[in-house]
Formats: sequence, structure tokens, C-alpha cells
Amino acid sequence: MALDTVAVAQATPGNAQPFAELGLKADEYARIKEILGRRPTSSELAMYSVMWSEHCSYKSSKVHLKQFGEKTPKSDALLVGIGENAGVVDVGQGYAVTFKIESHNHPSFIEPYQGAATGVGGIVRDILTMGARPIAVMDPLRFGPADAPDTRRVLPGIVAGVGGYGNCLGLPNIGGEVTFDETYAGNPLVNALCVGVMKHSDIKLAKAAGAGNLVVLYGAKTGGDGIGGVSVLASETFGAGGSTKRPSVQVGDPFVEKVLIECSLEIFAEDLVVGIQDLGGAGLSCATSELASGGSGGMKVQLDKVPLRDPSLSPEEILMSESQERMCAIVEPSKIDRFLEICKKWDVTVTVIGEVTDGNHLEITWNGELIVDVPPRTVAHDGPVYNRPLAQPDYIDQVNSQKVNVPIPTTASELKAAVLKLAAAPNLADKSWVTSQYDKYVQGNTIQSQPDDSGMVRIDEETHLGVAISTDANANWSYLNPYQGAKLALAEAARNIATAGARPLAVTNCLNFGSPEDPGVMWQFAESVRGLADGCLEMGLPVTGGNVSFYNQTGAVAILPTPVIGVLGVIQDVRTRTPMSFTEAGLDLYLLGQTQEDLAGSEWAFLHNQRVGQSPDADLQREMRLIELLLEGNSFFAAAHDLSQGGLSAGLTEMVLRHKVGATITVENAGVTLLSETPGRVIVAIDPAHTSRLEGLALKSSIALTKLGTTGGDSLTINDAVISLNELSTAHTSTFPRLFG
Amino acid sequence: MRVGVITFPGTLDDRDAARAVVVGGAQAVSLWHGDADLKGVDAVVLPGGFSYGDYLRCGAISRFAPVMQLVIEAANKGMPVLGICNGFQVLCESHLLPGALTRNSDLHFLCRDQEIEVVNNQTPWTNSFKQGEKIVIPLKNGEGSFQCDDQTLAMLESKGRVIARYVGENPNGSRNLIAGISNAQGNVVGLMPHPEHAINELTGPSSQGLGFFTSILHAMVK
Repeated sequence: MALDTVAVAQATPGNAQPFAELGLKADEYARIKEILGRRPTSSELAMYSVMWSEHCSYKSSKVHLKQFGEKTPKSDALLVGIGENAGVVDVGQGYAVTFKIESHNHPSFIEPYQGAATGVGGIVRDILTMGARPIAVMDPLRFGPADAPDTRRVLPGIVAGVGGYGNCLGLPNIGGEVTFDETYAGNPLVNALCVGVMKHSDIKLAKAAGAGNLVVLYGAKTGGDGIGGVSVLASETFGAGGSTKRPSVQVGDPFVEKVLIECSLEIFAEDLVVGIQDLGGAGLSCATSELASGGSGGMKVQLDKVPLRDPSLSPEEILMSESQERMCAIVEPSKIDRFLEICKKWDVTVTVIGEVTDGNHLEITWNGELIVDVPPRTVAHDGPVYNRPLAQPDYIDQVNSQKVNVPIPTTASELKAAVLKLAAAPNLADKSWVTSQYDKYVQGNTIQSQPDDSGMVRIDEETHLGVAISTDANANWSYLNPYQGAKLALAEAARNIATAGARPLAVTNCLNFGSPEDPGVMWQFAESVRGLADGCLEMGLPVTGGNVSFYNQTGAVAILPTPVIGVLGVIQDVRTRTPMSFTEAGLDLYLLGQTQEDLAGSEWAFLHNQRVGQSPDADLQREMRLIELLLEGNSFFAAAHDLSQGGLSAGLTEMVLRHKVGATITVENAGVTLLSETPGRVIVAIDPAHTSRLEGLALKSSIALTKLGTTGGDSLTINDAVISLNELSTAHTSTFPRLFG
Repeated sequence: MRVGVITFPGTLDDRDAARAVVVGGAQAVSLWHGDADLKGVDAVVLPGGFSYGDYLRCGAISRFAPVMQLVIEAANKGMPVLGICNGFQVLCESHLLPGALTRNSDLHFLCRDQEIEVVNNQTPWTNSFKQGEKIVIPLKNGEGSFQCDDQTLAMLESKGRVIARYVGENPNGSRNLIAGISNAQGNVVGLMPHPEHAINELTGPSSQGLGFFTSILHAMVK
């Protein structure tokens, strides 16, 4: 095929172009022609198609996401907000922390191992791009029914991919989630979070400032993998019998990324870059257009200089390729020699591919011929914006008007059976089968990891400063009430930080939904965003960034609305953290927070195929008082553990099994008390000597306090139901090995 | 007392190993895979990770690194060398130790707190332990199953060259539950689990891994 240059495009205005195949709508194509005043060249069309995809342009979500900016609480902690590769917050002592969560859902269904692996790789590069050393990863995962045959294909592959990539990068995996529901059967969710640390002065931004500065591509060579990943894969619903789309999945090489990280950190330490951008979704199209529009405005790139793994690639393919482990830096000419030297030390391929220019032209040539000449902002930022129709779906009134109808255990044997059933339920069962495939020790700073309430890493060995992170979502509540569901997930994540004694500081999110072209899904999305933005404003926690994943839908069936909320907190001295469980007998156990009959959306209801009723309302003022109580009580709590899915039953199970120290509990209305999932509750263990301090704190904070019992023994005894730790442990730990080998 | 810690491209636990060396009381000296001298170190640690991406076979490329030629030479003259995890694999590929580390028997990467028994406390890396002392340190690898032929196994056992064994269920299919071995002189030790991740209870399951790093100090002072 002849090269489609700008001159050819001008001369042949009538040539038909495959815009629809590239995922562009007719009116979007018309707008490109209007912007350029001519038809786009095939290379330009390729760039617009990937950059204007749902995944890159947020065209359906933008109008809603702007609430995060409008409702952002005043926070001194926020150093870099939404819009950059990842948000950055001040954690004190001159340290800045950057964290972000992203989805890699669609590729992981097609090719579980590579999809999950490159999901980790992509988010790690986002963090690195901010100038930070990545220090930990987390992975909230959601799958179809635990016993479905396809889950046995998808789950082991995804877990191996997350582990295979993260382990090889030397990043401890400090937590995540594993949840099952039939709506995820054709749309597993692979969300990956990375956190990195740097000094304030080391923050890097994606901008190509300074005419004459060099555009440098370094890292892996460009191949034919992942072409159109964002437009073809991530921005469309899977058809029932479509092609496998395998070539659109990227292939990762964690060794190259590990070397790229160390090489980049050495380059950053010597202050050799003006701006930097990783090549993720939309590859070079994204990096060049975003860097140019973030800086002086113009850029000239010689595309034929890009080192290729496959020399037969066309310019269009090179522009769209999502080959992994590549970075694009803007370097002053005086610093290029040192830059090249460091790359050589690490055996990293590096090529100067262009230079920054003044003006408003991103010009890309191929063997001297001009194939792209576009205003970079129109590619990177001026994509289409849709205010898509939204409507409350019919199911909402139906399910909200029904009452949960589940058996409530009353006798000792019924109570025991219920506790064992929840302990073994796939959503609540021990996840060691998954987490033992992840390195949690590397870097030597991991203070907490799964199954703790949050992940915690030390960031300074001298001062013992640390950060804690938790990710949470309750899709069952979000299904019943997406507005409350998002707020409740935020509250839960913040609580999970505070139980350890860390103060919540900032929020990231990964919003996983069905097709935005369905008004019902769009309504779920809009309500979730509104809930999260309102919640963050009320709790004083800024949203630092996030990710939207639409089209998680197979045919007409969308996934449950699944806004995964990540909260990051700071702890001044990690040595003072409160562990999630107790190691000794003779401690008193208390429940903080009132238990109501909240069975709608509970795990108990899920186990009885009931997805009806009304979700609880989030009481964020009470949640904030509870957090302050936990932070104050950190000095004398022997243990503190959040109650969420599975309620008091699951919470007690996790506590007694952690160190194999039992407990004797006395509760009223035991069935509902054990199974209800009323939010805003925490179990604490204290030395009886501290009773009055705890009572004083509860009174001051207006948080209900109920004595549950005492620790000790080799059973979990609830009223007259006695469950030996052996029995409980067997139920809790055998589910995953039984299902997944 | 200077202990070198080698960084290959893809090495991950180098900073942890250096920290453990320092906490153990020695000075940690960074050695780069391309280095042409050992910077006057008294002993060397080859840390864990995925050197050169573990391409081909774990450790197969690292053995040809310039610094390894010097390590092999020094080891043959008696310099204490400890290879942990990937370092153990490199030592086997370098023929400083016999046998090979293969895929874990269940084919999964495995990270867990592992009890091991120190069964030879006569090496420069294990003299801080009591003979038969049981400790808990992290095990984390995908290819940690120690394999060798029957003759080699009999030789290792009869000469006391098995230095540590897994306690309880075999975590990875290693022959005779072998977690670590030494060369004939005892100065070169390979260990699959990670003592450098067990130097305090804040970040590891115990502080019992520190014994490997205090041992080397005792050995050199003697």
C-alpha cells in the first residue's frame, strides 16, 4: 500500500477510510475532517481512533467525573491532582506518595496471564512516570461463579499473571480482593493498584516544554502486539461469538520493565528529563500528543527511527502499538549524552526520535515524508464528549420494594452451621491459595499484607513513617443503590486504614461498569460518581485520580456496578500499628458501632440467591467519628478489625484463625447479629485494664460500644454454639484448594 | 569486614541483603554484574531475584557475568559465598554447587513463612545456629525444587553438605527436603529460603534469619 501522506490526503479528499472498523462513529470522523480541514491520513486516523476511544478520552464519563474536581475538599496534602499519570500527595517529612488504580479487564478475559501481567506493568509505569520508586502493588479481582468451568481457566491465569509480573519486578503485593459473582463470568475484573514514593522535588510531569529539546524513546522495541487495544478491546462489548481479538492483547516482559525502572530512577536522580510519559494505552499516539499538548505545543517526530521488533510494521501500526515497557522522555540537548550513558549501563535501547517545537503542530514523518500534521490538543484533549442518556433502571424499584427473605439461625447447631458456611463461602474463604503466589516480602518494608485490613509499607527506615492502603467495593450494595454503594465503599476503605492506626489522606478509584450506551448502566455510573464525590467532600478526602472501565458486559448482561475505591493513609510510626488480631488469651473483645438488621446485599443473602431490599445508608459523620476513635485508641488497642462482608461472623472467624487464639462471645439476637452487615463497625481487643479508656472514647465519639466476650481457648464459642478452631480452619482454608487445585 | 552484595540486572533482594549484612554487623559493598574486581570484599552474597529475567534457565546467564568469574575464582580459594534463592541457582549453574533447582512440584510460585532446620552449623554462614535449630524464614520462589542424581544425593548426605532442611510438608518437591547445601569445603552455601527477609519481626516472620549474617562475622573474626 502506498504511503498515505498529508499531501496525498489533500489530493484525494474522497478516498474511503475504515473509520468504523477502528471504532470511530461517523460524526466523530466528520469532526476530525473539520479539525484538519481535509480528510485525515491513515496515520492520523489511527491516532484519533485510539485517542478518542472510550478508554483514552473518557468521552462518556467526563461530564460526570468533573464532580471530583468541583467537589474536591480543601486539602493541603494534594500536590498533583487528576489529569496527570497519577495523583501525588504529601505524606510529611518531605516525602510524596503517588498511587493509582487501573483496570485491565478485557485483555484478562481473552488472555488471562498476559492481560493481568500487563495490567500490573502498566500501572507500575504510571507511578514510575511521576518520578517515584514503585514500592508496592495490590490487585482487586472479580470473577464469575467460583465453581464455573471458565473461572478455573481465568482465575489461575490471572493470579499467575499478577504474580509473574509483580514478583519479577520486586514489588511486594500487599493486598487486594477476590470476589465472585455470575455477572463477572464473561467479564472478570482485573484492577491493579501501585503506590510509589519520592521526595517532593522529584515529581515529574508529562510535558514537552522548551523548543529544541529532544524527544527520546527508551525501553523495549516496538512490536505488533496490542494494536488498537484501547479502541477495539476496551471500548466495546464482547459479542457472543466474535473473533478472539488475541492480537489486541499486549505481551509483557517484566525483566525489561525492572531494568527500565532502575534505569529511569537513575536518570531522574540526575535530573536529566524535562518531562516524561510512559507508553501505555494508545502507545506513541498518546505519548507524543499528550507530551506536546502539555508543553510548548509542538513536536516533530521521525517515526522511522523507532526501533522495531517486527520490521514489517506500517507507520499506522507503530503509532497504535501498545507494546509494553516503553517510555518517552523530553531531554535537553546538553543532557542527552549522560542520558544515553545511563541507558547503556542498563542495556536499555534508547533512540532520539524527534524534537520539541513551538507552535501547534505535531508533525510526524516517515522516511522524510509528512504523514501526520495535527494540533496535538485535538488528539489528546479535545476528543468528543458525550452526555449520554441515563435513566434509573426498572429493577431498582422492584428490588428495593422487596424484603430479604433468608433463614435466620437460632439454635446452637444452626448458628454453628451458619458461621461455618460463611467461613467457607468463596467470597469470604481464606485467600492464601492466591496470595501465596505473590511475593509480599521483597524490599523489606512490608508491615501488613493480606489478610490484614489494609496493606502497609514503611517508607523511611529511620523515622518509621509508613503508608497504608485499602481497596474496597461492595457491588451488591451498589446494585441496590449505586449512590450509597459508592459512599459505603469509601467509608469501608477509610475504616480499613484507620483500624491499623493510619489516618486516611486521599482516594483513588477504578469504576467498573457495563455499557455506557445503556441508559440504565449510565445511571448507575452517574449515581456512583455522585456518591463518591459527595462522600469524599464530606470526609475531606481528595480524589487524586482514577480510571473508568466501561463495556464490562456480555450481550445484554452488564456486571454489577463495581466502583473499587482505594484509600491511602499515613502512619507516623509503623511500629505502633494495631494488628488485625490478637495473640493472647484474657483480652476483652468489644464491638464498636450499632448492629441493625442489614441483610440486604449481605453475603448471607447472596448465599441464598437474594439480591433484593435496600442497602444501608452511609452515615459518614459517624464513620469519621469512628475513625478518630480508632486513631486515638491505637495507643492501647491490642487488635482492631473492620467488619464488612460476612459481618460479625466473618470478622470473628478471621480474628480467631489469624493466630489460632479462640474467643468466647455472648450476643443477643445471635442470628441477625452475626449475619447483618451494618456498616461502621469494628471489633477491638483490649487489655481489661483499659476498659474505662475505651468507654470514655466511645462516649466522647458517640459510638455505640458493646462487650462481646473474651479471647482464649481453642474454639470460637458464640452463646452455646461451640466451633473448634480446627473445624473452622478447615472450612475456611479448604475452599480455594478444592476449587482451584 | 566487607561483604559484597552482587546486583545483576533483574536482581531484586539486593537492598534487603545489604540491609541484613549491615544489621549483622558487617559493611555491605555493592558489586555490579559488570564489575572487573571484587573491591576487596571478604565474602560475597548473591541475592534473590530474577537475574537476566531468568531467561533460558534460572541463573544460566548470570554465571557468565564478568563479576562471576571473579567470584568463582575466589570461592575456589576459600572465600565465603552465600547464594540465596536465585543466588543458589546461579551457584548451581556456576558448578560451585552440585544439583539444580527446578519448578516447584505444584508449578506455582510459592511465598510463605517456612520452618527449616539447620542441620550443619559448621559452615561460615551457619555457625551462629545450634545444630538442629529450627527457624522460620520466608520461602518465595517458583523454581525451588532441589534435584540431583542418587549418587550426588548420597554424597551430600554422607559428607554433611546438606546445611538446612524444610520441616513438615515438602513445600516444593525438593529431594530429602533439602533447603540448602554447601560445597565440599563448606565456604560456598546455597539456600532457597530468604534469611535476609527475617531480620526483625516488624517486616518479617522472625529475626531468626539474622543468624546467617552474624555467622559470617564470627567466621571471619576467628
